[in-house]
Amino acid sequence: MKKLLSNALISAAILTPAIFSPVSAADEVKIGFVTTLTTGGASIGQDQEKAVNLALKHIDNTMGGKQVNLIMADDGFKPEVGKQATDKLVKQDDVDFVAGYIWSHVLLASRKSVLDAGKFLITANAGPSPVAGKLCHENFFSTSWQNDQTPMAMGETLNQKGVKSLYVMAPNYAAGKDMVAGVERTFKGEIVGKDMTKWGKDAQLDFSAELAKAKASGAEGIFVFYPGKAGPAFIKQYQQAGLRDILPLYTVFTVDSLSLPKLQAGGMEGVLGSVSTQHWGPDLDNAANKKFVDDFRKDYGSYPSFYAAQAYDSILLIKSAVDAVNGDLSDKDGMRAAMEKASFASVRGEFTYGNNHMPIQDFYSRTVVADEDGNWTTHIDKVVLDDHQDVYAADCKL
Amino acid sequence: MSETKLKNNSKPRPLSFWINAILLLLLAVVPPILFITGQPFWLDVFTRLVILALAATALNLVLGYGGLVSFGHAAYLGLGAYAVGIPTYHALYGGMDAIASFNGFLHLGLAVLVSALFALLTGAISLRTRGVNFIMITMAFGQMIFYAIVALENYGGDDGLTIDVRSEFPLISLDNPLTLYGLCYLSLLMALFIVYKITRSRFGLTLQGARSNEERMRSLGVNCYRYQLVAIVISGAICGYAGFLLGNFSTFISPEMMDWTRSGELMFMVILGGAAFLCGPIFGAAAFILLEEVLRDVTIHWHLPFGLLLILSVLFFRGGLSGALDRLRSQGDKP
Amino acid sequence: MEASLLLIQLLNGLQLGILLFLLSAGLTLTFGIMDFVNLAHGSLYMLGAFICASLTQLTGSFALAALLAVPLTALCGLLIEMVVIRQLYSRNHLDHVLATFGLILCLDTIAEIVWSPAGIAIALPDILNGQLEVLPGVVVPVFRLLIIAVGLLAAAGLYLLVNHTKLGMLIRAGASNRTMVGALGVDIKTLFSGVFAIGAALAGLAGLLVAPIAEASIGMGNEIIITAFVVIIIGGIGSMKGAFIAALLIGLIDTLGRSYLDDIFKLIMSNEAAETAAPAISAMLIYLMMAVILAIRPQGLFPASSR
Repeated sequence: MKKLLSNALISAAILTPAIFSPVSAADEVKIGFVTTLTTGGASIGQDQEKAVNLALKHIDNTMGGKQVNLIMADDGFKPEVGKQATDKLVKQDDVDFVAGYIWSHVLLASRKSVLDAGKFLITANAGPSPVAGKLCHENFFSTSWQNDQTPMAMGETLNQKGVKSLYVMAPNYAAGKDMVAGVERTFKGEIVGKDMTKWGKDAQLDFSAELAKAKASGAEGIFVFYPGKAGPAFIKQYQQAGLRDILPLYTVFTVDSLSLPKLQAGGMEGVLGSVSTQHWGPDLDNAANKKFVDDFRKDYGSYPSFYAAQAYDSILLIKSAVDAVNGDLSDKDGMRAAMEKASFASVRGEFTYGNNHMPIQDFYSRTVVADEDGNWTTHIDKVVLDDHQDVYAADCKL
Repeated sequence: MSETKLKNNSKPRPLSFWINAILLLLLAVVPPILFITGQPFWLDVFTRLVILALAATALNLVLGYGGLVSFGHAAYLGLGAYAVGIPTYHALYGGMDAIASFNGFLHLGLAVLVSALFALLTGAISLRTRGVNFIMITMAFGQMIFYAIVALENYGGDDGLTIDVRSEFPLISLDNPLTLYGLCYLSLLMALFIVYKITRSRFGLTLQGARSNEERMRSLGVNCYRYQLVAIVISGAICGYAGFLLGNFSTFISPEMMDWTRSGELMFMVILGGAAFLCGPIFGAAAFILLEEVLRDVTIHWHLPFGLLLILSVLFFRGGLSGALDRLRSQGDKP
Repeated sequence: MEASLLLIQLLNGLQLGILLFLLSAGLTLTFGIMDFVNLAHGSLYMLGAFICASLTQLTGSFALAALLAVPLTALCGLLIEMVVIRQLYSRNHLDHVLATFGLILCLDTIAEIVWSPAGIAIALPDILNGQLEVLPGVVVPVFRLLIIAVGLLAAAGLYLLVNHTKLGMLIRAGASNRTMVGALGVDIKTLFSGVFAIGAALAGLAGLLVAPIAEASIGMGNEIIITAFVVIIIGGIGSMKGAFIAALLIGLIDTLGRSYLDDIFKLIMSNEAAETAAPAISAMLIYLMMAVILAIRPQGLFPASSR
């Protein structure tokens, strides 16, 4: 037994590299999609994967007359693992496009690998300020937003609602700080308290101490940013602390189609009526979005999340590029020019690209409601920011 | 190194000697060939493997030979990597003129020095404890560095830091993957040589003596504490050097690399290879990294078979791969 | 106002401490009597949460689910003990750490496959979702009071078990002298299995108490188990009293650190520096405390006598 095991291990160590060899197929479009497929963040990654598959179904798996070869890769919620997965896509699989990236830190860790290899990088979620400003790149595109934009829309919403004092809570990492900076940039009232909670692997999920402080602060509202599993946890405790009638809830990237079914199953009515801002919503009225949301619900039985919507758009953006050059994947300039036009039918409606290849788009305020079947979802109230461009575009030399 | 071993040994060359020699030879030849034949990704895998083998070799000095179970060695990897990242960051974006530089020697010096200092400081306190308390206090120090780096927002905090320019040395360029691999490989050989020399020295023998019977050593008038502390400092310095290589290799560093699970992985490499065997950590790192790559290709749930193998190797594979080889040899020696 | 806020934070700290105690009690039992380091103890905590969440969905009653989940988690623990842990008692701590590290990887992945990675929220009955004004101006969620009450009950039960039963006598005897217990003709194997199952049940209880606040999620145990280890190290390994006091201490320090550290820092430095430093220091606080205590008292605060 031991002999066998040691022999097997040693021979595996020596032989494995030989098993793998690069496959080269010039008649297909290779797209690598890096997202989170394991750990607690995997529900987001799975939602994106569903949307990508739906997009490929909608376009018959064809771009510019070529078949699409999609390779999904897992970042394990860790920048290092995400970078390794990206390196593999670029060096081993030799993909033409790398898309995906939920988390800012994974994107920042991986971008150099993709861009140095001369490939296109399309973020379908993460939008940290450096990639919009100093680190902008001609081969980098976003189908989401820059981090600051959505909370800036929230600040504006709060002004319009006449909120004078605000308590702010967010996790203590780059995106969390961007969110807080964003709302501070536009909110005209007073911020009476702020808590940046522990994030990362042993993130803080018990907010009792902070909620007690928030309640005591006497603020007219509470602004939070808690993505992923922290969102439902926060909202539950918010409700259990009985704050719904005292301290109205305003969120960004916290209440989405992934957390709402869970909150509904958990009976967390506290979230109904809470306000959030976003560049998109499942009820956004345009043909592309209707088709996307209807087919997504038909195939998967739930509303798509904004992560899914952005992933769907990333595939369509790539298709617009490959179509424009009739499948000539060596024509990078042609593909880049095509993408800069943003000429595809985006689920967010029409938008344009700024010099930094970040979308210039509308932002909406939305309220959490129950739909006609009783499922909780978000309802778009109105446009808060019109054709909004991020503030970092000026730092971009493109 | 192998020569010395031979001279000291009147017995015929043991099987493990040949296996070790073949392993080191393979590591010298196979990765460059893979790179030249158009498999750059696998050169990356081997570079990571060799760097982690280097770190595990450093850990082996205290864990294997010294019997001190340090659960915080990933902190040194992190310190070494940030010793590259922080000066480079300042050289690019200004500030901190004292250390802002692309100079590789400065990075290397900082990595080794800071790691050694941290080892001295934490080792001096940790060595007051024994057993599980030692395991846990080393982990606590590792966690402290983890959170300290998270708090350094200038350098990316939780999000980590991209190293835009690698350490610069005269004559060689680390941007060439083959050069980088060569440097890592030679560093590993060097570390093996150092550890080998140490374990054969009076110092090393005292250290091993303290592992098996500290009471007796003390009654012989030997101050174990001082020997163990020196071992921890040497180990920390080598591990910091591995971090310097890791930073230059991955060009991205984050607190994640000094998480307690990373320390656990290093420990696993040492144990899987066979603690207190010179080349054990290389076996361990190779098995660990290659297994990870292969299983990851098979299923996204690769943690399950990986964890199972881990448990099985602890249950049925005592002494690790090197131990198995030794048993193999002793069986072969029997008539 | 300030005083009532402080009181609320003390209660919150107490609740965190109680949860930590439930976890570290199991660690103390396995460590004290079997000299076994179980990193995978956090996975049992996760299993307890998931089992309770599934049962709540199935039966529609949190109370019933909770009652069933505790023995079921104990059963899981028993199974794990018989298949893996039992083989490891004769090994050193290093082997324990590595094998249970492997167990964490396995159990987390199995949970991910069985329950999907999304995590499950638990619906509470309305009465537990409400708040209670315990003192004028001090309003706390009912469920948090329940956690404190259940935790204290469990602690009392454990105290009785350890100090006033035959099993407890064996546990205490085993903690100080294992060979002695063996020599008394006690079936060590069964004793160990039973103790491990009790530890698992306590971990499961902690897990199902947390799940309605946060949710049952993959890897939730890995986040708290390190803190639980800090607790038993500070308290002194093998000492139930030490674990209890250290758990409350850590719970209070962690909660109060999070609440007041930035205000304290603002007295001595600029607002901006305080806002940066406070979260980092409060995250490090328990490790700092552990290092300081071990540096002064290498055996922890209340070392179990005569090891």
